Amino acid sequence: MNPVWTLFAPLAPFTAAAGAAALLFALFLAAQGFPAVEALGLVVEGAYGSSFAWQNTLSRAAPLMLTALCVALPARAGLVIIGGEGALAVGALAAAMVPSACAGWSGLPVQVLMALAGFVVGGAWVSLSAWLRHARGVNETISSLLLAYIGIAVFNFLVEGVLRDPASLNKPSTPPLADAYLIGSMPGLDVHWGLVWGVVFCIAAWFLVRQTVFGFAVGVVGGNPRAALMAGLPVGSLILASCFLGGGAAGVAGMLEVAAVHGSANAALLAGYGYAGILVSFAARHNPLGIIACAILVGGIGASGSLLQRRLDLPDAATLVLQGALFVALLAFETLNRKGARRV
Amino acid sequence: MDDSTLSAGRRNVLRVLGAGAAWQVLPFGIGRAGAAEKLVVGVIYVGPRDDFGYNQAQAQAVAVLKKMPGVKVIEEEKVPETVAVQKTMEAMINQDKATLIFATSFGYFDPHVLKMAEKYPNVRFAHCGGLWTAGKHPKNVGSFFGYIDECQYLDGIAAASTSKTRKLGFIAAKPIPQVLRNINAFLLGARSVDPKATVKVIFTGDWSLPVKEAEAANSLIDQGVDVLTCHVDSPKVIVETAERRGVYSCGYHASQAKLAPRGYLTGAEWDWQTPYMLIVKAAMEGKPMINFLRGGLKEGFVKPSPFGPAVSVEARKKSDTVKAAMLKGDFLIFKGPLVDNTGKTVIAAGKAEGQQDPQLESMNYLVDGVIGQI
Repeated sequence: MNPVWTLFAPLAPFTAAAGAAALLFALFLAAQGFPAVEALGLVVEGAYGSSFAWQNTLSRAAPLMLTALCVALPARAGLVIIGGEGALAVGALAAAMVPSACAGWSGLPVQVLMALAGFVVGGAWVSLSAWLRHARGVNETISSLLLAYIGIAVFNFLVEGVLRDPASLNKPSTPPLADAYLIGSMPGLDVHWGLVWGVVFCIAAWFLVRQTVFGFAVGVVGGNPRAALMAGLPVGSLILASCFLGGGAAGVAGMLEVAAVHGSANAALLAGYGYAGILVSFAARHNPLGIIACAILVGGIGASGSLLQRRLDLPDAATLVLQGALFVALLAFETLNRKGARRV
Repeated sequence: MDDSTLSAGRRNVLRVLGAGAAWQVLPFGIGRAGAAEKLVVGVIYVGPRDDFGYNQAQAQAVAVLKKMPGVKVIEEEKVPETVAVQKTMEAMINQDKATLIFATSFGYFDPHVLKMAEKYPNVRFAHCGGLWTAGKHPKNVGSFFGYIDECQYLDGIAAASTSKTRKLGFIAAKPIPQVLRNINAFLLGARSVDPKATVKVIFTGDWSLPVKEAEAANSLIDQGVDVLTCHVDSPKVIVETAERRGVYSCGYHASQAKLAPRGYLTGAEWDWQTPYMLIVKAAMEGKPMINFLRGGLKEGFVKPSPFGPAVSVEARKKSDTVKAAMLKGDFLIFKGPLVDNTGKTVIAAGKAEGQQDPQLESMNYLVDGVIGQI
């Protein structure tokens, strides 16, 4: 085969899908009487058309990379975890508690401890589903979703109760972080450091999954748990570990929301990043490097949806139509591609 | 002679040319200046603009703004209280050249509006609900809000006058001061006409949980409550459930009369037009940002919904008497002796807390007669 073609072949389904989605969206808008061509132009302009647009997109993408890993890593072990929002909530809460326990410390150690707290608590939260699945045979998809509701309820109960800062009157929050503990923007950019954390986590996850014995073993468990048992693999531990790492990533996303965006833990940070991560991970076929690209895509749709509303008076739901069209097209073209590959 | 003619001619030519140029330039210049000076106002909503509630009330005022000459409005709905709202504000400033932004959700204030206000000191930020504090918050930020508990008090009068079971129900999102103040005002209004009336309250836990709100409505009705009201973002489900179950309802935020033509008694509505106009006019005239803006019935920040058919003539009269006193500005809702529902005195006898009393902005009790706990 032509070497150039081999290089670009993996991008072909994506390009075709983007084209098909653009066509679908344009047809939908035209049917509704909106200027379709102008709208498509605005989609590109709003998401990737200027350096401001890129910063807008990347800011929205940053938390999705981490919450998507909460789906992708367990998926490698054959588990469908959809409760990342719960891990994000308890991770954020744990992280927000750290500064009060280390008063007087300097910035960096506290931030590292906060991330660690978010990681461990978020990881433990999702590991519960893995344990229920392995020890009790409880479906992990259902249990992780229900645990997400419980996690959010615990979060609200504590934030509105014992952990509430009495000064936060109409927006119950934990005490605000001292300025020294806040995570700022990257130099020269208006995007907070969470983006780097997300990219680093995704690359590390890719390395773990594709380049290590652990990753291979988890893949075997995901492929066939009985065969993995026969081969002498510690199936239970591997399932627990992959869920712990995934939940940990979501917990760190929660920590970043506290330290880089809100400055405290409050209900506003439960904005559905955990659920959006499911979409990102599935669209990326649970490939950690693909997650980076898909998160940027979803972030871009958010940014351009914002511009579409302002310029064309489109309702917010139009963004959902675009997002839906894009992901259905992505999955459809991906399956076509696989069929073709098998035929060859 | 020749010279003078020539020079006169040249002068004339120049004059004519100049006049022509001025004629051409003048309207164009004015037109350009007009376009450049058109005030671009960005409005950000946390939910859909047609929610029959909080966001619709804001959108109704924005619809009036759109008709003002010299004003261009851009809107964005369903913007969460995360980094997304910061980016939306920045996009309005950078991409649409907005110089006045209305951030209408409470949660936008701290840290999002404050952060953007520091970054863009030449842009004005008007926030609904916040408590702007001199010395602490930037000068280009302002917060506006209304004393809607006045309308809740009037709702209470209509509700207790219409109720047969003397049990009223209140479905609320969170036990925060603004919400508690509404519940207490509703109870006090009800008790002013029926000292035996009670208000049973259910907290759903969040601003927009339609399923829980419907469950709460049904549960209250099953317990004998026959008038429902609420403080959630969209009262739609609650008012509809009340109508379907054959009980009465009082609305909130905007009018829900259309959803319950039979059982809708009255409602507590915002009239955001008033603060919006004040803030926009200040911006257009180059006056300083209005940093702290509050008002009630008298100032035109809130208004009651027109009475529904189920409200008796007698009840209308009682309500209108109180309303007249409120419009004069000499009606006190929170006055001692006031006891909370755990038996603690919260306002001593002989004392009173007027509308602007900051004490009321940190309310943390339910008055005696409210069944529920915070």
